[in-house]
Amino acid sequence: MGPYVLRRVLMAIPVLLGTTFVIYLAVYALPGDPIQALAGPNQVISPSVAQALRERFHLDQPLVVQYGLYLRGLLGGDLGTSFTGRPVTEIIAASWPVTAQLGGTAWIIMAVAGVALGVVAAVRRGAADAAVLFGTTLALGVPFFVVAYVTQIVFGVQLGWLPVSGVEAGWPLAYILPGLVLALSGLPQVARLTRTSVLDGLAADHVETAVAKGLTGTAVLFRHVVRNSLIPVVSLLGVSLGYLLGGTVLVEGIFNLPGLGYQIYTAIPQHDGPVVVGIGTMLVLVFLSVNLLVDLLYGVLDPRIRLG
Amino acid sequence: MPESPVLTVSDLHVRLGSTHVVNGAGFSLAAGRTLALLGESGSGKSVTARTIMGLIRPPHGRVTAGTVLLHGQDLLAMPEERRRALRSTTISMVFQDALSALNPVLSVGYQIAELFRAHRGMSRAEARRAAVDVLGQVRIPAAARRAGDYPHQFSGGMRQRVGIALAIALRPDVIIADEPTTALDVTVQAQILRLLGDIQREHGTALLLITHDMGVVADMADRVAVMYAGRVVEQATAAEVFARPRHPYSEALLGAIPRPHLRGRELAVISGAPPDLSVPDEGCRFRTRCRYRIEDCERNPPEHDLGGGRSTACHEWEKVGSA
Repeated sequence: MGPYVLRRVLMAIPVLLGTTFVIYLAVYALPGDPIQALAGPNQVISPSVAQALRERFHLDQPLVVQYGLYLRGLLGGDLGTSFTGRPVTEIIAASWPVTAQLGGTAWIIMAVAGVALGVVAAVRRGAADAAVLFGTTLALGVPFFVVAYVTQIVFGVQLGWLPVSGVEAGWPLAYILPGLVLALSGLPQVARLTRTSVLDGLAADHVETAVAKGLTGTAVLFRHVVRNSLIPVVSLLGVSLGYLLGGTVLVEGIFNLPGLGYQIYTAIPQHDGPVVVGIGTMLVLVFLSVNLLVDLLYGVLDPRIRLG
Repeated sequence: MPESPVLTVSDLHVRLGSTHVVNGAGFSLAAGRTLALLGESGSGKSVTARTIMGLIRPPHGRVTAGTVLLHGQDLLAMPEERRRALRSTTISMVFQDALSALNPVLSVGYQIAELFRAHRGMSRAEARRAAVDVLGQVRIPAAARRAGDYPHQFSGGMRQRVGIALAIALRPDVIIADEPTTALDVTVQAQILRLLGDIQREHGTALLLITHDMGVVADMADRVAVMYAGRVVEQATAAEVFARPRHPYSEALLGAIPRPHLRGRELAVISGAPPDLSVPDEGCRFRTRCRYRIEDCERNPPEHDLGGGRSTACHEWEKVGSA
């Protein structure tokens, strides 16, 4: 177990380097001039001020040098400074609780509702199965932001049940709508995989043994079918967290939640490279850690992997 | 019949989809005795066993007629909840392939302990001790330690011992063993059969042994029910069948056993193929492969009671086995 964890942690290093470089490159390749974007679209900046700013943020250097300087800072725990003058670490410290609450809420909704729907569809078949199939297809087909705006209009504006914007209402109220919208991005896959996996599980020979043992229907279903069937689902739930984190950029933007995603959402039009790369790196790190945890949990659920 | 039957199956009909897999099977098993249900693949013997255990259920299969009397009570007419309470406590089953019959992600101790918790209301700790005890009874060495192991950590023979432990844990009156040694090495087969025989004698359990192996029948069985195309075509004591079969199919099966003194000759086979059970047929199902065939065989022969619990379903039974 120990060497395995160490190997996984070491493997994370090249992944981190690669992803930060790609994000860095993407920001660098954005059209337009970051200094002009900082000043505002119609402002005139004197060439000397622009030059000073360029030098301060190393924008006059080639890409590779910029990236090298960035990495050197990273080793010292310095994620750089936003073009607005605020250190990126400070921005992250202020924003992560919002994203953690949003991501956590969405992940729990996705896991609980996805698994429940999948199990019901597999066990009940017929109408329930068709309804889940229809619902998940709809959720897969309708674009993310459409769902977000429609829920805002219906539940926030027309019915007035939940806030449409900001975090003033606190957890859970402020996070229910955005959490739901974010959860919908991964829920169909979780429900579908659970359904397929439970159907396979129901057909397994050891389920006949469980019935022949005289266990109750519930015991057979949950101890001998669902438990086994959840193993691949757990793996998907780990990977889905990555998509959820990516989704926070849009959801926090639409719902005006001041989280990490929101910071990226506002930093991109500003060409604010340090913020985008810093927070991006942060999210990649979270994603890698969660996946490591999920893989370890996988071993707990399936002794064949643990004991090989 | 001299002894009182603990399990009696009569006129059982089972369909899987449109196929009539079991067509009027009937036999009875006396307390403490071994009945071998003998037949080739597709003869309906496993489906019969699984029907008795209540494992054939819609939409996969349907029991269309018949009774299964356990201690005189019809299992097929019983509410599911009562029937569930009888499983493992009164009637249990050993499956053919223990690897797939055991849950891969639960320890074997847990899987046995589940029985004591579900049927005896024991606590986790009590049930675990009881499970270790049962593992000892099936002669698994270091039972207390191995109870925490998972099915894939056992050898094939040890795994089937676990399968037997599951079946005997609650001391049922009847154990159904569905080809319990088919998936095992020949050397291990004998050990497992001996274990089953020992346990049966110790506990006075009746054993319904499903097999296609004449050697197993000779070693283990008091009585034999020969199945063909979903019907029991001959019932007799094991000794009687070996001495003089009274159905052409039993005779053909005996003829197909390789014998040392016939070494070097071509092995005897039963010519032709088993019938297609999805096609209805009024006649004897064996007639296309039968050397005693007469015109009467176009209608299905009734069961002839030959006395002493012996019966055969053949019009020409008097001629069979005289050669």
